[in-house]
Amino acid sequence: MTTRAKQNRIRVIKPRCKGCSFCVEFCPQHILYQTDETNAKGYQLIAVTDPDKCTGCGMCSRVCPEFAIFVETADGKQ
Amino acid sequence: MSGKGEISGEFFLSGDEACAEGAIAAGCRFFAGYPITPATEIAETMSERLPEVGGTYIQMEDELGSMAAVLGASWGGVKAMTATSGPGFSLMMENIGLGIMLETPCVVVDMQRAGPSTGLPTLVGQGDMMQARWGSHGSYSIIALSPASPQELFDLTIRAFNLSEQYRLPVLLMSEEAIGHMYEKVIIPPPGTLKITPRRKPNVPPQEYLPYMPDNDLVPPMAIAGEGYKFHITGLTHDERGYPANTAEAQDRLVRRLVDKIEKNRRKIIETAEDGIEGADVAVCSYGISARVSAIAIERARALGIKVGFLRLITVWPFPTEKVREIAAHVKAFVVPEINYGQMVLEVERAACGRAKTILVPHMGGAVHNPETILDAIKQAVA
Amino acid sequence: MKTDALAAIGAHPLDEYLRTDRLPHIWCPGCGLGTVLGAILRAINRTGLDLDRTVIISGIGCTGRAAGYVKMDSFHVTHGRALPFATGLKLANPDLKIIVFSGDGDLAAIGGNHLIHAARRNADMTVICVNNFIYGMTGGQLGPTTPEMGRTTTSRSGNIEKPFNIPRLVGAAGAQYVARWTTAHVWQMERAFIEAIDRKGFSFIEVISPCPTYFGRMNEMATGLDQMRYYRYNSVVKHGANLDELDIALNSPIIVGKFIDAKKLYLPVQGAAHGK
Repeated sequence: MTTRAKQNRIRVIKPRCKGCSFCVEFCPQHILYQTDETNAKGYQLIAVTDPDKCTGCGMCSRVCPEFAIFVETADGKQ
Repeated sequence: MSGKGEISGEFFLSGDEACAEGAIAAGCRFFAGYPITPATEIAETMSERLPEVGGTYIQMEDELGSMAAVLGASWGGVKAMTATSGPGFSLMMENIGLGIMLETPCVVVDMQRAGPSTGLPTLVGQGDMMQARWGSHGSYSIIALSPASPQELFDLTIRAFNLSEQYRLPVLLMSEEAIGHMYEKVIIPPPGTLKITPRRKPNVPPQEYLPYMPDNDLVPPMAIAGEGYKFHITGLTHDERGYPANTAEAQDRLVRRLVDKIEKNRRKIIETAEDGIEGADVAVCSYGISARVSAIAIERARALGIKVGFLRLITVWPFPTEKVREIAAHVKAFVVPEINYGQMVLEVERAACGRAKTILVPHMGGAVHNPETILDAIKQAVA
Repeated sequence: MKTDALAAIGAHPLDEYLRTDRLPHIWCPGCGLGTVLGAILRAINRTGLDLDRTVIISGIGCTGRAAGYVKMDSFHVTHGRALPFATGLKLANPDLKIIVFSGDGDLAAIGGNHLIHAARRNADMTVICVNNFIYGMTGGQLGPTTPEMGRTTTSRSGNIEKPFNIPRLVGAAGAQYVARWTTAHVWQMERAFIEAIDRKGFSFIEVISPCPTYFGRMNEMATGLDQMRYYRYNSVVKHGANLDELDIALNSPIIVGKFIDAKKLYLPVQGAAHGK
């Protein structure tokens, strides 16, 4: 049994992100970071350093105030 | 209609009691209020009678909460009412505005007493008439009725509920302490014989429903909470979807419709009672308890040979401008007795458009007019 | 490495509860309101509430805008009057599940009287009070929960008034479920919302939330992240704490947890009514 699940996929809805970085701060695996890429409103978007480390905990999704990030896991979306 | 607890027959009731019974006869099953002289007896009667007919009474912590609760209950699909007097009427103004903006059917009774402020709590006044029209902020139109007896208070409470459902807004029942505390015969017709206007429900499925898409008469069908329509409504200026829309265009569309839905349907809403207007030299124009006192003065004037007509306002808002303008063409003057320092007289004067004089017979409040003062004004009018 | 393929709007697991045609919402970057809204929507999902019979009511203010984003029967009413409106609605249709979602000013200042009476009556509803210590919508004025010495546009040299301890106020008024969390406590907050939804009576949860644009900026915590870090590392979980201990002051720990969890007679009582 491993905490790593290769099928966890982090999804970002780019037009909604406002670059607040809550997800970056609260990800227990520290695999999110803020890039220089901006969306149409000028907010800096989020990217993943190492998708394989995602445990599908859903912390990013829960802490995000914008409904802009979620995780697809084997059991559904978080 | 359960039938349980509904009554009919001849009763000896105060105006307040008649109002409560009228509400119940109209199908009102929710009352939220706060005690205030001289409307308290309406709340007391409702607190006893509503449980008997399967309704709910709640005494709220203040009039602001009362009006909010009435709106909430209406959105839950229940006919709702509150009753107050001047000081409470002032407190309710903001949420009456919300009721107008959300287009919520309900009835608000103002048993007027002498003001301003605390005034004469136990004594008659008619000083809230302009407030009824303009009391809340912004541009809107309102319907307000003025009964002249406990029987008429019973009848007009029912009419108020019907109008509120027809036009989707709070309807104001502007009565006075003198009527509220007067005991007279009131005939309550058997349940099922009264004409009750039902709520206009949506005629499309939830996916197609737009909360503020009006019918041809400018009134939108109303969905209530809990039936799967999943609407959003707000006191902010909104579009047909109910969503906030902060543009001048949306404001124009909405405000025009809120006013036009009343003003363009005036003919169906306005009710007056006329007597001896044909061929009259002077017309007495009055409402509520002052109309009853005027009747005495008119009798005396006619006994003196004066050709005096009587125009009693039953609907005070919208004001019967067309009728007054018509009468102004062939009378010398209007005599307007009211228990304030001049409110509805301003409307009479505006409507008369200079074609006839308007003579105010004011009474500051605390008692009804001495009919002689009205008679003097009538004599002055034809002098 | 960039994120995997862009997710479409409509794909977020909460999108079925949201009016996605109105997103992104108006709240500032770093504002915690969206986080609290997400938590209540997840709680609604996990408790299996019938969405046709769930109603959200909010007042005026930043928090008050929440009602406009949920795809349920929702009411955005006048300032301070969400609770009495909710009381009337609940009495008219006791089958409805009512959630009041409003702010510290709306519920405890102008709505203060209605707050204590709804709690006293133990009116059956879930009340979420988002406390950001300020009046955000109007530009950053002080509110009934602004901490002493807190800087706002109407207390530029620091607030001289003592703020409300809202859990204590509501508990003293008779609420049967009182809890406090912050937006950093997303799991606990969601669990508290589930508990509140599942029970009858007046359930009240205060959620401390960042306002970066005003409170944060004027009080040395200029970003939402600064405030979230503060909540994360300065909160002390103390279930059942004495309500007197729950005062909030600048640069002091925030006590969070569940403080009251009791069973009492609530309104509306089946079969009974005033007067009988």
